[in-house]
Amino acid sequence: MKTNRILTMAQAISEAMAQEMTRNADVFVMGEDIGSYGGIFGATGGLLDKFGKDRVMDTPISETAFIGAATGAAAAGLRPIVELMFVDFFGVCMDQIYNHLAKNTYMSGGHVKLPVVLTTAIGGGYSDAAQHSQCLYATFAHMPGLKIVVPSNAYDAKGLMIQAIRDDNPVMFMYHKGIMGLPWMSYLSGSSNAVPEDSYTIPFGQAHVMKEGTDLTIVSISQMAQKSMLAANELAEQGIHAEVIDLRTLVPMDTETVLKSVRKTGRLLVADEDYLGFGLTGEIAGLIAENLDTIKLKAPIKRLAVPNVPIPYSRPMEQFVIPQVGGIVNAALNLMDSITLQKQVA
Amino acid sequence: MQIGKEKLLWMLEKMHQIRFYEETMAAVYMEGKLPPAIQKGLAFDIGAGPVPGEMHLAAGQEPVAVGVCAHLNDDDTVVGTHRPHHFAIAKGVPLDAMTAEMFGKVTGLGKGKGGHMHLFDNAHKFSCSGIVGASMPIACGAALAAKKMGKNWVSVAFFGEGAANQGSFHESMNLAALWKLPVIFVCEDNQWAISVPKAKATSVDWVTDRAAGYGIPGIRVAENDALHVFESIAPAITRARHGEGPSLIEVKTDRYFGHFQGDPETYRPKDEVSRLRVNDPIPKLAQMLKDKSFLTDQEEAALVKKTHEAVTQAFEFARTSAYPQAADALLDVFVQEHSHNWTPA
Repeated sequence: MKTNRILTMAQAISEAMAQEMTRNADVFVMGEDIGSYGGIFGATGGLLDKFGKDRVMDTPISETAFIGAATGAAAAGLRPIVELMFVDFFGVCMDQIYNHLAKNTYMSGGHVKLPVVLTTAIGGGYSDAAQHSQCLYATFAHMPGLKIVVPSNAYDAKGLMIQAIRDDNPVMFMYHKGIMGLPWMSYLSGSSNAVPEDSYTIPFGQAHVMKEGTDLTIVSISQMAQKSMLAANELAEQGIHAEVIDLRTLVPMDTETVLKSVRKTGRLLVADEDYLGFGLTGEIAGLIAENLDTIKLKAPIKRLAVPNVPIPYSRPMEQFVIPQVGGIVNAALNLMDSITLQKQVA
Repeated sequence: MQIGKEKLLWMLEKMHQIRFYEETMAAVYMEGKLPPAIQKGLAFDIGAGPVPGEMHLAAGQEPVAVGVCAHLNDDDTVVGTHRPHHFAIAKGVPLDAMTAEMFGKVTGLGKGKGGHMHLFDNAHKFSCSGIVGASMPIACGAALAAKKMGKNWVSVAFFGEGAANQGSFHESMNLAALWKLPVIFVCEDNQWAISVPKAKATSVDWVTDRAAGYGIPGIRVAENDALHVFESIAPAITRARHGEGPSLIEVKTDRYFGHFQGDPETYRPKDEVSRLRVNDPIPKLAQMLKDKSFLTDQEEAALVKKTHEAVTQAFEFARTSAYPQAADALLDVFVQEHSHNWTPA
């Protein structure tokens, strides 16, 4: 599947949907502005022209009704892809997402199958303030019943989307606006990469080691994985070799790849754009803490995330609370400089 | 719509079965929940006994369930409420697996993971939800699927009059009307949203007054009478089956028990239930059948005996079934992977 074709993440996602819709007539898409507009963030671009309005359905601004309808249609045998425009809007429809879509399979003893892909835009960095800039993947990963997919680049996004559509369970597919490659929002260009035209899948629960290294491990996801790569490249110029892990999916999570890496490097930095408290950074730190019998840490674990404040509007404040490349570099340097645990104990 | 003897007898039988089911459950539910078997100082222990947790019974509301479900077949979908037994029984959900679910047994519909508010039966396209107002979006989805598959299946969302004040009501009415979905929205108006009477919570006397706001028919059924329900909603079923869109029905009905078992019911007059029971819809339907010479006293006695036996057997099945293994709690968060029938790329 060698290819030189570079796609944006938005193009890769819509291509994945189109290929699956061609393959299986049960797949359809609905959501706000996903038809002629092609999705506010381009995830459904071109689908209306290819498949028509019966399979690419613009909905009223009624997230409870249409996300609930996705659950009902899936239970009846179809495979809906449904878009919640911004993840921040979950407040108007969380009952249908969490009390129904996520729980009906379990409460039915596994008898009710709900192959729904719930796509949603996440992330800040462009001054959209507190109601349009959150990541919130840890919120959804915290609650059982939803698989959580958070791609960092176009290649992964296509393979993970096809995997999501074929999965018989509810999958939340969360794409960061700042890596979609939109013509109206700056993005980290590492997210646009070579994408084969053929269909392919990427299994859930397999982290991607984006860069191998021996000095420290940086665990990340989504746009922050791209920032971590930029930081790792800067660190390399200073002779520090960071291993960068993109988790790709939070549920299920590939804990083995993380453990293996930290066993090797002895230093861990978790870089995250979600909130610091009770989230991904704490989860990974807990994983390491539970495995200290097989890991020799050379320094305390370092966590970078939004410091438990809503995302502020004004640029200097927003750039301050969301971890940036420079912040990742500094945190890594501190980790390398810090007195080792062994020395502290001694 | 003309209704034949067979369907009338079916309605009577189902109503008897529902009533006996709810009365049996009311008694069984109290087992182990009262002093002296419980913690000292408590009057009632909701988590004790063979059927723990909340219990919402529908005695008195049988006409809504049987009057609607008499129009349905196995391909039609029903989404019920937190008070779901009458709908489930009328839709044909097997009594044994349903009862075992309430006993938390491994033989239950959900292997003991759902309980009485969360009954799922794929074979009879029945589900329900413990969340007020949640039936409507999901019924829209079943209807959307029927429409996409080119079938003339309909789906029914039952909900209480309290749920008509939820946002999901508005969103679902608009969506179903906009997309001409084959949904029948059936509001069970039992006058009480737990302790709050309809007049103190709802801006209109009839929820069906809101139908005009969505450009869909609203049908009022002022009597708690199965035949009346059946006949009144026939146009809504026909309209849905012909792809003409949804309808909103409202049925005045009566709740004989409390909101939940153990409800002290301090909010309603002491004699309200006895006054409501004067208009019990079951003897009323039986009398009508006898007046038409469709039923004799002996036949009714045999019918009652048969339905009671089925209920008794279901409770016996539930009681004697095994509990799940504790660690089974860890299963079924997700269904088995790749059980769909196409080849992965």
